[in-house]
Amino acid sequence: MDFVLVIVVEVLYAIGALVLISAGLAVVFGMMRVINLAHGEFMMLGGYATIAAVDLGVNVFIAMLVLAPAVVGVLGLVVERLVIRHLYGRLVDTMLATWGLSLLFIGIVTMLFGNTTTGISTPIPGFALGDYQVNGYNFFIVLVAAVLLVLMLAVLKSTRSGLVARGTMQHSDMAASLGYNPGRIYMLTFACGSALSGLAGAVLAPLVGLVPTSGGAYIAKAFITVIAGGPALIAGLASSAGVFGLINQIFSFAISPVVGEVALLVAAVVLLRLLPRGITDRLFRESL
Amino acid sequence: MREAGWSRELIATLVVAAAAVGVLPLLVGTYTLTVLIIYGMLGLSLGLVWGFGGILCFGQAAFFGLGAYAYAIAAINIGESTVPMLLAVAIPAGFAAVLGAMLFYGRLTDVYLGVITLVVTLIFHRFMNATAGSDYVIGNARLGGFNGIPGFQTLNVPGHPDAYVWGDSLYYFSAVCLVLVYLLVSALLRSSFGRIAVGIRENEMRAALMGYDVPARKTIMFTAGAAIAGLAGALFANWAEIVTPSLFSLSQSADIIIWCIVGGLGTRIGPVLGAAGLSYLKFLLGQQDLIHNSVVSGAILVLFVLFLPGGIAPVLANAWRSIVRRRSRRRHRRRRGPRASLASGDA
Repeated sequence: MDFVLVIVVEVLYAIGALVLISAGLAVVFGMMRVINLAHGEFMMLGGYATIAAVDLGVNVFIAMLVLAPAVVGVLGLVVERLVIRHLYGRLVDTMLATWGLSLLFIGIVTMLFGNTTTGISTPIPGFALGDYQVNGYNFFIVLVAAVLLVLMLAVLKSTRSGLVARGTMQHSDMAASLGYNPGRIYMLTFACGSALSGLAGAVLAPLVGLVPTSGGAYIAKAFITVIAGGPALIAGLASSAGVFGLINQIFSFAISPVVGEVALLVAAVVLLRLLPRGITDRLFRESL
Repeated sequence: MREAGWSRELIATLVVAAAAVGVLPLLVGTYTLTVLIIYGMLGLSLGLVWGFGGILCFGQAAFFGLGAYAYAIAAINIGESTVPMLLAVAIPAGFAAVLGAMLFYGRLTDVYLGVITLVVTLIFHRFMNATAGSDYVIGNARLGGFNGIPGFQTLNVPGHPDAYVWGDSLYYFSAVCLVLVYLLVSALLRSSFGRIAVGIRENEMRAALMGYDVPARKTIMFTAGAAIAGLAGALFANWAEIVTPSLFSLSQSADIIIWCIVGGLGTRIGPVLGAAGLSYLKFLLGQQDLIHNSVVSGAILVLFVLFLPGGIAPVLANAWRSIVRRRSRRRHRRRRGPRASLASGDA
């Protein structure tokens, strides 16, 4: 019984982590069709921002939930103005330019922080569940992911700015003729997506040893989750994160964590072959 | 007419290649040159698939690594290098044929293709990193996880396992391989298959409507690129005398794409020069520790995408053409005399 509970917790945690990893990309790629291959590096920078802030004596939760998203959001703004805005609609070129950015960030962080593993300890202690020890921080991840999904849904569905953003992504000319400036909306949306990536990197930072190249670990997962999710932003994110998180943890428990990772990637390839337009192209079609 | 052009190009390629192979060792050590040639071949493989086939493969490193691993594992088990070299070409090609058929018959395009090839490369990377321990054995070869496979039989003269090809001979062997591959690629592109491939790149729908089997042709193109990458991998294994999972890494894949972009897509020589040039730059940068390597390659990629998306080769070709044209015009003018050029009215 305890073992089943532990597995349930772990599966929920895996799903929550996938939602966090993919949320920023879901906005940037799912809404804007910008293939941001520097997404992993945005997360990595969020992690470093958190660690730097905690070292300076800032409360760890403020650092994670406020500072890191703000820093990475501003960075996203700069990146959008300097690079991305010249490349809207040029899918492959955006992909290449953002890959260049990712290498650039890796290099700069390596020069600043050194090529060593840094980290902070988890701010929430673990506790015993029967014979098993459970990491209390896992619940925090699940909580943040759930709140994030609800917030995104609320903002996109029932606020004016969410409506304007969605409208601009669908038909920017129409938005422009109604008096909104599409360039500005693209810029702000990209900044919001970057901030979400920063938040994810920050929240996950206590669980992983952070190195300048650790963005690479996230990027593939984020992309397959978003692409497998399909056109509906939030339903897609939740459903594909659910499928992949479940597969990952089942194989991790049954065989080994590495096999779990590989199983996730293989499942993604198979799923994309079967449903090339994503899960929500067939199911939950009308949802957001 | 076309045949005449082909023989002229053949001779020109051979002369230029022979000159380059002869002169370069005077400037740079053959040990470094060998790896530049190998990277040139790897660049050419993606240049073919991406530049002419229009297939953006983010996982060319997978075939490179697969070729290297196939060579190393086969060489340990067989102990003579001829069959392993062939396997190092055949295994990546076979894998690419299966993967390509799955992708292209599924009508997956640009983004999805990029992500899936990237994911496949990552799977190899993760898996190879996790193969430490004695459970992971193929024949006599231990896969060795993070540490890779050292100590396999390197290239030898066919039939004589003791006559190793190494050092300068490996350099000349690699150079000959590159020239042969380059000529094969040229021949492929001049064939009707190559021209239809370019047609598919330009407009897939139109090619399909004209009755060409687009998925089959793309799969063949993809396979050809993988075979070349596999050969490059086998040569790399011989040069480095060790294969490690870093062959499958994301940065390796990124490098190959950067070579193609910088060198020039849609040209044959561009990716080769881009690969050799940038790898040499990286080698030089590796000797200083002021600026991190990936800052430079990242900046190069961003700047090229923004300001020179066609790459260097077309710029050079245009410059060359305009020089030639100016010369020939001058010669022309002299022959016809000043009045004639005035009369024809072209300035």
